[in-house]
Amino acid sequence: MTADFLNLFIKAAFVENLALSFFLGMCTFLAISKRVETAFGLGVAVVAVQAITVPINNLIHVLLLQEGALAWAGLPDVDLSFLGLVSYIGVIAALVQILEMALDRYVPKLYNTLGIFLPLITVNCAILGGTLFMVERQYTFGESVVYGLGSGFGWAFALIALAGIREKLKYSDVPDGLQGLGITFIIVGLMSIGFLGFSGIRL
Amino acid sequence: MSDTRKILVDPLIDNNPITLQVLGICSALAVTTSVMPALLMCVALTSVTAFSNATISSIRTRIPNSIRIIVQMTIIATLVIVVDQILRAYAFETSKQLSVFVGLIITNCIVLGRAEAFAMKNPVGVSFLDGIGNGLGYSAILLIVATLRELFGGGTLLGYRILPLVSDGGWYEANGLMLLPPSAFFIIGLLIWGIRSWKREQVEQADYQIHEVHRTGVL
Repeated sequence: MTADFLNLFIKAAFVENLALSFFLGMCTFLAISKRVETAFGLGVAVVAVQAITVPINNLIHVLLLQEGALAWAGLPDVDLSFLGLVSYIGVIAALVQILEMALDRYVPKLYNTLGIFLPLITVNCAILGGTLFMVERQYTFGESVVYGLGSGFGWAFALIALAGIREKLKYSDVPDGLQGLGITFIIVGLMSIGFLGFSGIRL
Repeated sequence: MSDTRKILVDPLIDNNPITLQVLGICSALAVTTSVMPALLMCVALTSVTAFSNATISSIRTRIPNSIRIIVQMTIIATLVIVVDQILRAYAFETSKQLSVFVGLIITNCIVLGRAEAFAMKNPVGVSFLDGIGNGLGYSAILLIVATLRELFGGGTLLGYRILPLVSDGGWYEANGLMLLPPSAFFIIGLLIWGIRSWKREQVEQADYQIHEVHRTGVL
């Protein structure tokens, strides 16, 4: 059981890294990776939001939307799965808002660090992507907690690594047309090749 | 060049959402291993962008400013659900290949970005055209990447054999890397290089300028 969860965590974080093998959250990934410090802040926020939203969306999917999920309400034939997308994005937006208010009230120091990044997370494809993968692969509640943590960690890890590389990169002599966006893409490609080395790892 | 034409053609190269504005790359890369899913994705994204722009623009004066993002997201999510259901009904096999990426159009920055930046300020007609134009700009990049990856990765185009493989007695050795995620990053990176070498004004400024230092003068 524990080994299964550990395997799932490693798979979600490294083998199927959301950023480097599914290209999710690329917009933010490229925009907020110029400095390690800010990348770290955003990374922590993503892990937190991902670890909360994936299990909650799992509950919503299993208890309300899945085909036959409303049997407890006396409606065994109802299939609401087409409402999935709207509900998930609603949950994510609401949760990010609540998290923002809770942090502001109880941990103002952390709020000040994460402040500007939290609203951005609502439109981060990695968060919605994590939820959709969870639905597609039919994870149980326990698995969805592990998957949320693992995929969030993997994304944050890749982001911080890229930020580290880009900090060094600003001193190098890059051809004009490649400056900025172009060279970043090439680097992400090389990192992605590196992450391919993780494929097939099992404990 | 007339205004309408400018709105439609500008996002193709001069103001391309992917290569210049860095928007919407999220989904752009994952569906490009072959041309067919990429083509379907382009149609889906272009229609969602166009219709969400038109819808949001038609009610732009009635949306309270404080909740506009939520209103926009709901409209976009509804349109994406419609597209998703249509794809499942008429192109089931390909929609299986696209898996979660149709749903991810909701969080595609191009759609929300155009709604926020253009549709909130302009009338319905031009907003619709702006949606189509940006959708086409996205499609152009997506199809270039998909064509390169399918052609060199498997020697086929839209499933038809173009380059005969060595394993079938032909001459082309398939390049497996093209089917793996890294190749998409390389292709887009090189594409950006190409476009910026052609349109010099798009080149980004370096953070630090490297000067050559001539020490002989000091000695």
